[in-house]
Amino acid sequence: MSRRPRRVLVMMVCYAIIGLFMLFFLFPPYWMAITSLKTNQEIESLKGIPLVIQQGATLQHYVDLFTRTDFLIYFKNSVLVTIPVVLISMVISVMAAYALSRLGFLGAGLIGTGVFLVYLVPDSLLFIPFFKIIGWLGLLNSKWSLVLVYPTAIVPFCTWLLIGYFASIPRELDEAALVDGANHAQMLLRIFLPVAVPGLIAATIFAFTVSWSGFLYPLAFIFSPEEMVLTVGTVTTLIKGDVYHWGGLMAGALLACLPPVVLYVFLMDYYISGLTAGSTKA
Amino acid sequence: MAQVLMKDLNKKYDEVHAVKDVNLHIRDKEFVVLVGPSGCGKSTTLRMVAGLEEITAGEIIIGDRVVNDLPPKDRDIAMVFQNYALYPHMTVYDNMAFGLKMRKFPRAEIEKRVREAAEILGIQELLRRKPRQLSGGQRQRVAVGRAIVRHPQVFLFDEPLSNLDAKLRVQMRVELKRLHDRLETTAIYVTHDQVEAMTLGDRVVVMKDGWVQQVGEPMELYSRPANRFVAGFIGSPAMNFAEVVIKDAGGTLWAETPGLRVKVPAARAPRLRAYAGQTVTLGVRPEDLHIAGGAENGDHTFSAVVEVVEPLGSEILLDVKAGTHSLVARVEPTVRVKVHETLRLALDPERLHFFDARTEAAI
Repeated sequence: MSRRPRRVLVMMVCYAIIGLFMLFFLFPPYWMAITSLKTNQEIESLKGIPLVIQQGATLQHYVDLFTRTDFLIYFKNSVLVTIPVVLISMVISVMAAYALSRLGFLGAGLIGTGVFLVYLVPDSLLFIPFFKIIGWLGLLNSKWSLVLVYPTAIVPFCTWLLIGYFASIPRELDEAALVDGANHAQMLLRIFLPVAVPGLIAATIFAFTVSWSGFLYPLAFIFSPEEMVLTVGTVTTLIKGDVYHWGGLMAGALLACLPPVVLYVFLMDYYISGLTAGSTKA
Repeated sequence: MAQVLMKDLNKKYDEVHAVKDVNLHIRDKEFVVLVGPSGCGKSTTLRMVAGLEEITAGEIIIGDRVVNDLPPKDRDIAMVFQNYALYPHMTVYDNMAFGLKMRKFPRAEIEKRVREAAEILGIQELLRRKPRQLSGGQRQRVAVGRAIVRHPQVFLFDEPLSNLDAKLRVQMRVELKRLHDRLETTAIYVTHDQVEAMTLGDRVVVMKDGWVQQVGEPMELYSRPANRFVAGFIGSPAMNFAEVVIKDAGGTLWAETPGLRVKVPAARAPRLRAYAGQTVTLGVRPEDLHIAGGAENGDHTFSAVVEVVEPLGSEILLDVKAGTHSLVARVEPTVRVKVHETLRLALDPERLHFFDARTEAAI
């Protein structure tokens, strides 16, 4: 086979695989979107075709979500929890990762590995002792308990991720700044962190996602609707006993997905553009 | 402007003793090059002067201050790194201005100094670009610019040219030399390239395994190497070495090995007499070997078989075999020889080097 047709064949296979993946990953959002726009009759009809809307689209589920449930309160609570969680986690992770990757003190490598091992302990094991601690602190049934708990899962992973990223930044860059007259804080803020932006964004995205989509901890620690966050709130309000309000559930889930999607779209450009290019010879 | 003094300087990492008892006095405005193979401690020494490595033992004095416990920013030094270490998120102007901003210079002064440095280095047009938009040579100029705007007491260069291609390296070498003549600032320059060391240094410090082997002016190192290592390291192609036995034949000393027999010049005899009957290392530089004419004294000639001919244009390198010894001779470009041909070669008796076989020190 000559080179050209062979290349075309390879490309076709590649696109076929990509197409398959896209189908796989885009099907759930499509299903959510289409179900949220169907009338209740159509959703429950056994004759309907689940993949298309046959009896006309409706925005009724969205209207109900905003007017007949506490969706907006849940949304607000999720935002109120996620912003401090991301900020706290990032500040701690950056400082920890910088210390572990650059200061080279005794046992830094061991601590680095230990930090990652902490991340491997699952939520389902931790929520019981956490429940006791949160109780002692008097934070049960408060969204602020999540601000305390989420960083325990996020900080280890982000620290580990940032240690890896920081290691890819040439040490000469910090050294040049130190020789140029910066102290450690100035060097960190004006040279090191601006160069580490792609890594910081990756860590931020992770922190945001964990905090935004956390389910187990709010389910365990929070009972009243006014403190509830999106994930648990939507589900507990729209599943009554064995009655599933599928239209509302799907509408709520779709809206809950929006902030992460917006964040990803907005930050992806920064993330991909290799900021370190040109600082040193590759 | 300042002198730099290193007193009994030592650096130990956990297991490795990287720098051993270095004593150096670098004079004001002097350009000193530290040279040696990788792992010889030259970069570590430089980094201790910069304050980027802690000093295990000893003292470093810049100007008249002991700087052992000063952070880099307070040592009044500027450093150029091998991989440039430009700040990738800043323009060329900001890269050069950073050190001055950190030291709270007034805006107008910063502007003036950066423009001045940019003009010296011919990078005025690049001031608004980011490092990634520059070529290797341009990046290196910016890195040098970042150092010179500060008007520091001492410049430190850590292999600044080794990432450039050969042609650019030669060009930048000349520029650095010119720059040093113009700025008249003390400079310490680290390289593994002996040509760079010889061409740039007022004095050259040869290091190996953490020890200083020899300190001297370039031509002094070349013509009077202190030991076999320096002799072999400085000069390209490297000096030829052969293990020879010193024989006393009725008062005249001969250096002998199968295929090679050379009369020891009278001037060298007194010191070598103590080695009579022992093996020493004979060293002869490629340019001190030439094809023997008919009138040549037989005391310094030997026959050799040509193995490889390397015509370089301005000269020809002959790889020859004399007995069991492989030697390189540097001969005139007009010489016509063929591979496998047997030649008579003569060596210059005044320019022979002898080294103790055990200590490797020059005799």
